[in-house]
Amino acid sequence: MSERLWGILRDSFPRLLGYGVRVTIPLTVVSFALALAISVLVALIQYANVKVLRQICRFYIWIIRGTPLLVQLYLVFYGLPSVGIVLDAWPAAVLVFGFNEGAYMAETMRGALESVSTGQVEAGYCVGMNYLQIMAHVVLPQAFRTAFPALSNSLISMLKGTSMAATITVMEMFRQAQVINGRVYESLGLYSEVAVIYLAFCTILTWLQHKGEKKLASYGGTRK
Amino acid sequence: MMLDIQNVHKKFNETDVLKGIDLQVEKGDVVAILGPSGSGKTTFLRCLNFLERADKGTMIFDGETFDLGAASRQEIARIRKKTAFVFQNYNLFLNKTVLQNVTLGLTVGARMNKAEARDIAETMLRKVGMADRLTSYPNQLSGGQQQRVAIARALASSPEIIYFDEPTSALDPELIGEVLAVMRQLAEDGMTMLVVTHEMDFARNVSNKVLFMEGGNVIENGPSKEFFANPTHPRTKEFIRTILESRQ
Ligand SMILES: Nc1ncnc2c1ncn2[C@@H]1O[C@H](COP(=O)(O)OP(=O)(O)O)[C@@H](O)[C@H]1O
Ligand SMILES: [Mg+2]
Repeated sequence: MSERLWGILRDSFPRLLGYGVRVTIPLTVVSFALALAISVLVALIQYANVKVLRQICRFYIWIIRGTPLLVQLYLVFYGLPSVGIVLDAWPAAVLVFGFNEGAYMAETMRGALESVSTGQVEAGYCVGMNYLQIMAHVVLPQAFRTAFPALSNSLISMLKGTSMAATITVMEMFRQAQVINGRVYESLGLYSEVAVIYLAFCTILTWLQHKGEKKLASYGGTRK
Repeated sequence: MMLDIQNVHKKFNETDVLKGIDLQVEKGDVVAILGPSGSGKTTFLRCLNFLERADKGTMIFDGETFDLGAASRQEIARIRKKTAFVFQNYNLFLNKTVLQNVTLGLTVGARMNKAEARDIAETMLRKVGMADRLTSYPNQLSGGQQQRVAIARALASSPEIIYFDEPTSALDPELIGEVLAVMRQLAEDGMTMLVVTHEMDFARNVSNKVLFMEGGNVIENGPSKEFFANPTHPRTKEFIRTILESRQ
């Protein structure tokens, strides 16, 4: 490796990592929290079969899953201003990432809710609990456990996906790599470097996922 | 009379599954509900606890009259408070320990404080011989153990009557005895029970009344001694004969 490239990588590393920690991770966390809230709500509406709202949820999932994330980002950030809705880049990114991944996670959550045997719900009624109590104490905890691996995958894919926020001017880690590259023209080196940082982040998340799964397994197995 | 059930009707997609079931239950009665598969036994029990909504029918419980087809949410809650249900496949809460399975209805449903609920739960679990497994999860237990925990859960709310829907049918043969022993003990303690079962020894020796159903109708209803000694209806005779034959 040339002296020059080595110097560039050494200088850019703390900067990229800084953007990763200060922007990419918070963007991921906030978007994921939004996605989780949306997914639980949408899944519960479908699980409980709430009339009209159920149709709206199906429509939302249909739209989101049938269109590319990049197009959704452009629509919200560049498209909506022409009808008077002007969003800053950050909130636009959070909204799009949250609603996008939320649709996929809603399907995960719905499957997980439906995998909890209805017999347990009936038993809940018979011991004097109401619907909300049964959901809170019996159904949702089990659904979260079932959905945990898939939700973890969503989190990891969202973390990588935040790099697309670069396209709507959010100054996150990947955008920062582009900016540095614009000055020094070291595409291979810089994009490899940023890839390694994403890889490190994802590796940590995967490790956390395994720890979480082990902890949840102490409920005594997965037999239905 | 503790419980007087009159004229319960239920249709599933235009098929009559219950065609007017009547049953009188005195305090301390153990009623065995017998009949071939598909005769409506499960549906009947489920209607009594509103797991299924009857099309029509009346229930007089401790002198208070309820319309099974039109009971309000409050009425349903009131009836469920006095009753408990034991399912064929246990239906324990899989994310809760043995102890939590028994306390959950008390602390969450009835808002009892934790210590009091725990005392009750431990007493009931001792009664069914499961007090040494408080921290186990359902998936770590045998079917017989799970069903005994389910019975402790049913007992915890001090119900006036417990409905059992084939409580031993999902069990391996060697585990049936431990559950029947617990139920026999409950009967001796004076618990009022409606038990859908295929265990003829239980029906003959533990229950004092038999309700024999077929095709959504009550074919015979009376003291179990008479039912087994001189069955009157030809269908009953045949049923008893097949049961006895199938055991040889
Ligand atoms: N949820 C349901 N939907 C449609 N048909 C049902 C349902 N539950 C029971 N049935 C029908 O009602 C009849 C009585 O069933 P059930 O009460 O389970 O009988 P049993 O417990 O005596 O075997 C059967 O023909 C069964 O197929
Ligand atoms: Mg049945």
